[in-house]
Amino acid sequence: MKPAPFEYCAPTSLDEAIDVLARHGDAAKVLAGGQSLVPMLNMRLVRPSVLISLRHVPALDDVAVTGGWARIGGMARQRAVEEDPAVRQVCPLLTEALGLVAHPAIRNQGTIGGSVVHADPAAEIPAVLVALQGTVTLVSTRGRRTMPADEFFRGPLTTAAEPDELLAEVAFGPLCAPSLASGWAVEEVSRRHGDFALAGAVVALARDADRRIADARIALFGVEDRPTRRPTAEAALRGTRGEPAALTDAAALAVRDVRALEDLHASAGLRAQLAGVLVRRAIDRAYRKVMNDA
Amino acid sequence: MPERMQIALVVNGESRTTAVEPRDSLADCLRENLGLTGTHLGCEHGMCGACTIIVDGRTARACLLLAVEANGSEITTVEGVASGEALHPIQQAFMEEHALQCGFCTPGFVMTLYQLLRERPDADEAEIRDHLGGHLCRCTGYRNILVAAVKARARLRDARAGQPGVRA
Repeated sequence: MKPAPFEYCAPTSLDEAIDVLARHGDAAKVLAGGQSLVPMLNMRLVRPSVLISLRHVPALDDVAVTGGWARIGGMARQRAVEEDPAVRQVCPLLTEALGLVAHPAIRNQGTIGGSVVHADPAAEIPAVLVALQGTVTLVSTRGRRTMPADEFFRGPLTTAAEPDELLAEVAFGPLCAPSLASGWAVEEVSRRHGDFALAGAVVALARDADRRIADARIALFGVEDRPTRRPTAEAALRGTRGEPAALTDAAALAVRDVRALEDLHASAGLRAQLAGVLVRRAIDRAYRKVMNDA
Repeated sequence: MPERMQIALVVNGESRTTAVEPRDSLADCLRENLGLTGTHLGCEHGMCGACTIIVDGRTARACLLLAVEANGSEITTVEGVASGEALHPIQQAFMEEHALQCGFCTPGFVMTLYQLLRERPDADEAEIRDHLGGHLCRCTGYRNILVAAVKARARLRDARAGQPGVRA
């Protein structure tokens, strides 16, 4: 199980990287941490003629926290972000989710940006990005563009990135104004510790001084063909005080009309069932957290 | 066929240079170019953990790193943890606690524990389990591996506290 031969290219600036990518387009693959791409190369699921490594592009692994946003450069390693106290402060949901991504040795090399462009429907990071109304910044010789995460993910391993674009930055938005209390939870079921989830749910809640839920974000992953927000369930929670009936309704609405994937790991029925249970657990845990937060 | 590229590595404290194809994994480079066959290849897609090594102070799957990407890195493999004939306390504990049978997965377990106990010498059992969770063993059922890890942690602590006869 070895990759097919390819030409290796290690640009030392972003301009050089996008220039090489523009020249090769579809024939090239961009290598970040390699924890998804290298297995696909080894199994020959992809056979690029050119591999463009981002390892030597300076400053692409920067992490900046500004105005409630966590801005993560395309080469920032998952473990570095997981251990970043400023990220934990502004985006604890991301920190919690990273603990569920594969294993420490994988997170040491794997990048946030790589997980986002890989777009596995069962990956945690894209679900958190969608839930927090994050953005994806793409760059090519044609220029730079930033798009909302929920427009970026198009299906399994499919995104809105054009063949000549590479991911420069991913930004996770604030859940709520800093004056509001927040609570969050990620729940998933996987066959083995560290595996991709068979199904999972991300929930983030904000409450006001009147103990009402001011905002709610709910996203499912590993269920549909991409991470998806559940707006009707979010709306059902907003303005309530999280009465038991409101939480139950929201959990039911979150999986109503869900179009669950079916594959050799789980039937669509099992995925939908798991999603219902997991979203309920995540709502309950996020709710307890947000209400206990003084 | 793309040309071979010259790379330089520091492996277990020794400077090495070798020529690799861009598609060669670091695991194959270590095993075949440098003769360090202690790093074992199980699944070649990051699932089993057998090929885990330390690259620039962080654990990595040697099957998921291209050798060219490791150019200039400092690497520790299982060959670098013992001192001559004296086993490292982690290896010693594995032997005493029967934490291996066929031994195929063992180098990966040893390297993960080696790095974890360097970074977090007081790692609790939950944390040790979390890190060992990235490794598959098809013989032992993991219990003895965990027992060995806890024993090694205690010995490394004693060594740090300056107890004679134990090496950190």
